[in-house]
Amino acid sequence: MGTTEITASGRSIGKGLGFRKSLMTLAASVMLATSAQAAGPSTAEVNTTGLAVTDDTVTVGILHSITGTMAISEIGSVQAEKLAIEQINASGGVLGREIKYVQEDGASDWPTFAEKSRKLLRQDDVAAIFGAWTSASRKAILPVIEQYNGMLYYPTFYEGLEQSPNVIYTGQEATQQILAGIDWAVKEKGAKSFYLLGSDYIWPRTSNKIARKHIDKLGLKVVGEEYYPLGHTQFNSVINKIKLKKPDVIFASVVGGSNVAFYKQMKAAGVDFTEEKPLLLTISVTEDEIRGIGGENVEGIYASMKYFQSLDNPNNQEFVAAFKETYGDDMVIGDVTQAAYLGPWLWKAAVEKAGSFDIDKIREVFAGIEFKKAPEGYVRIHENHHLWSKTRIGRAQTDGQYQVVYETEELMEPDPFPEGYQ
Amino acid sequence: MKTPSKTPSIVNWFTSREGLYYLALAALLVVILPLALDPFRLNMVGKYLTYAFVAIGLVMCWGKAGILSLGQGVFFGLGGYCMAMFLKLEASTPEATAIQSTPGIPDFMDWNQLTELPWFWEPFHSFSFTLLAVIGVPMLLAFVIGFAMFTRRVGGVYFAIITQAIAAILTILIIGQQGYTGGVNGITDLQTLMGWDIRTDAARTTLYFVCVAMLFLCLFVARFVQNRKLGRILVAMNAQENRVRFSGYDVAAFKIFVFCLAAAFAGIGGALFTLIVGFMSPSFIGIVASIEMVIFCALGGRLSILGAVYGALLVNAAKSGFSESFPELWPFAMGALFIGVVLAFPNGLAGLYQSYVMPLEERLFKRKPKAEAQPVSEPEPTPEARKPAVEAKEAREYDPMIEHYSPEKS
Repeated sequence: MGTTEITASGRSIGKGLGFRKSLMTLAASVMLATSAQAAGPSTAEVNTTGLAVTDDTVTVGILHSITGTMAISEIGSVQAEKLAIEQINASGGVLGREIKYVQEDGASDWPTFAEKSRKLLRQDDVAAIFGAWTSASRKAILPVIEQYNGMLYYPTFYEGLEQSPNVIYTGQEATQQILAGIDWAVKEKGAKSFYLLGSDYIWPRTSNKIARKHIDKLGLKVVGEEYYPLGHTQFNSVINKIKLKKPDVIFASVVGGSNVAFYKQMKAAGVDFTEEKPLLLTISVTEDEIRGIGGENVEGIYASMKYFQSLDNPNNQEFVAAFKETYGDDMVIGDVTQAAYLGPWLWKAAVEKAGSFDIDKIREVFAGIEFKKAPEGYVRIHENHHLWSKTRIGRAQTDGQYQVVYETEELMEPDPFPEGYQ
Repeated sequence: MKTPSKTPSIVNWFTSREGLYYLALAALLVVILPLALDPFRLNMVGKYLTYAFVAIGLVMCWGKAGILSLGQGVFFGLGGYCMAMFLKLEASTPEATAIQSTPGIPDFMDWNQLTELPWFWEPFHSFSFTLLAVIGVPMLLAFVIGFAMFTRRVGGVYFAIITQAIAAILTILIIGQQGYTGGVNGITDLQTLMGWDIRTDAARTTLYFVCVAMLFLCLFVARFVQNRKLGRILVAMNAQENRVRFSGYDVAAFKIFVFCLAAAFAGIGGALFTLIVGFMSPSFIGIVASIEMVIFCALGGRLSILGAVYGALLVNAAKSGFSESFPELWPFAMGALFIGVVLAFPNGLAGLYQSYVMPLEERLFKRKPKAEAQPVSEPEPTPEARKPAVEAKEAREYDPMIEHYSPEKS
């Protein structure tokens, strides 16, 4: 009889009103304390703020676009997060509790993201949110997450200039990706002149600003800088300009569907990337995008990121095998998908280190949390809530995979507010 | 019977059938929903209601006057952006933005290397200017469009296409000029209105009631217009534009008026939306958003201003509900809902109500003493008169357009 009561009150925790919830949690934990089955620490102890934590479950939220134009990019992240949650559950859960998730669809629409994040935090009382992808969606939900003191695990490489106490950024911020990439092009390929090209929104613009400053510092030249609206498909004029200016490197941050048009038109204009004249260095084309562009169109381009599916290490082999087993052999795994996979694991590590699901307690222990089983090798959380990670350069092959040609020796320090680059 | 004292006539109106409909809506919005829903859900209802403003405007403009605008999102967005600009300036104090290279300007301007506030942002430091702009800017644009189109007798499908093009242009403009507008991200992280934190539950609930109050104000303005001679002319214009013109009325002026009225409603809705949701982005302006707004109106019934309110509420509630329960399938469910509605009852909820519920009501009313039945038929001919009007309109649906195509274009 005791057990049924526990589950009954435990279930209502997720839906009840705030003040009532803590009472119920207390009641449940008192009952639990008297029962001998207690697996982990009591709920009252690990959850003092009314999150959806019961004696044997904890609820988290997944918030990505699974419909609309961003779905193609974000579905990989959803899959990775679910895989991580399954694996954590299989290995005993978090503080003895099984992870349950509520999934919401952001529908590629920023206001919807805001609405759904509010729902996850207010109605479902989730202990963590894994989600958002584009900068716009992150900006839309950030005020909500901060207001209700939630914790967001954000997987995408992004422009930096942000450091919220309520977000863990598991992707790279701009300097990690860009500085290493440009240094490599200069050192290894002797690049002297650069042409900056991107989609017209905050991430490419900020990225190119950092790139330009860095190129200036090295005493080299930027011969052109162009932006095109999202979804733009006519790149002939810029291709002509590139042919005229003959830069050593095209530094590209074109995103989404525009990539298909850009690389096909480059190829049609007779540019063979394998000749590396010019060399193309991208920070936006992962294995996922290549699936849409076609491997034959991007053969020979270089990408500067922290993860490629082809990384040769035991962690990654295990991860790729598990991913393909769950979602099918034809799946590819890009940089962001891997970063999304880190989210639940880092959250688990932080919760266990803090011994609590409380956001405020987790926040205190973030700095220094490491994940040694990361597919990318090893990551550690910096006190600025970004990850220390290595940057790698991959060269695209016709089969749609990158071959890793370079990786930084040390972990790159995340620096979301780079001095001298703003 | 022409001079009863004022109070009884208001009482009469409230006990009349039309008055009861308004009372029912008021009871739903002011009493039932706030009691039944927690602040989070109530806030969402508030958001849905802001779309009802647009839908009311569309009933006037499209349902009554026959001017189909596929660009109402433009006016909704302009109203919303005006409010967002004010709130953003308030949030961007030099202290709050100290980490930027230029403190004191909105964060997105700083990212885009702007070093001073653009001139057209300056007036939005003033709240009274903002309130004027919320209504004035959409109306001004509507006036310009209306003047350019209607005085040249552009109407029907051509007008719809042009409004849609304007929606597309404005979206591209806002996204392209991100240093000045916030681009795709929109204007985010709005926190206070004149020092009042709009993010708390209490504030959101207050804003909900402000929204309901404004909604009723707009409903009464719309009702006022529709029940005057002005409203009849609008309907007449829809049915037989040339006859109205030959009777000596300046058709273009009436069209411009009703288009501006719809724009003003949409602007108010947009401003309230910004307050309730806490940000504004170009996705509310574009073609898809604008067409969705037409759907709210069509579902509610494009001839009924009350129907429009229910339409906006229902479609948005369904959208949230479907997407929460079936995150992967909800667009299909919504599509099915729209197709079903258009096929099964083209006059929307209001049409359905008229043909099925009203006869029942009539039977109930008849059993009651005549004292009640009398005022119903007298001050308010609309429900009864509407029905034949609807049928007549159906039959003549394409007449005005045919007239447009043939003689005037040649």
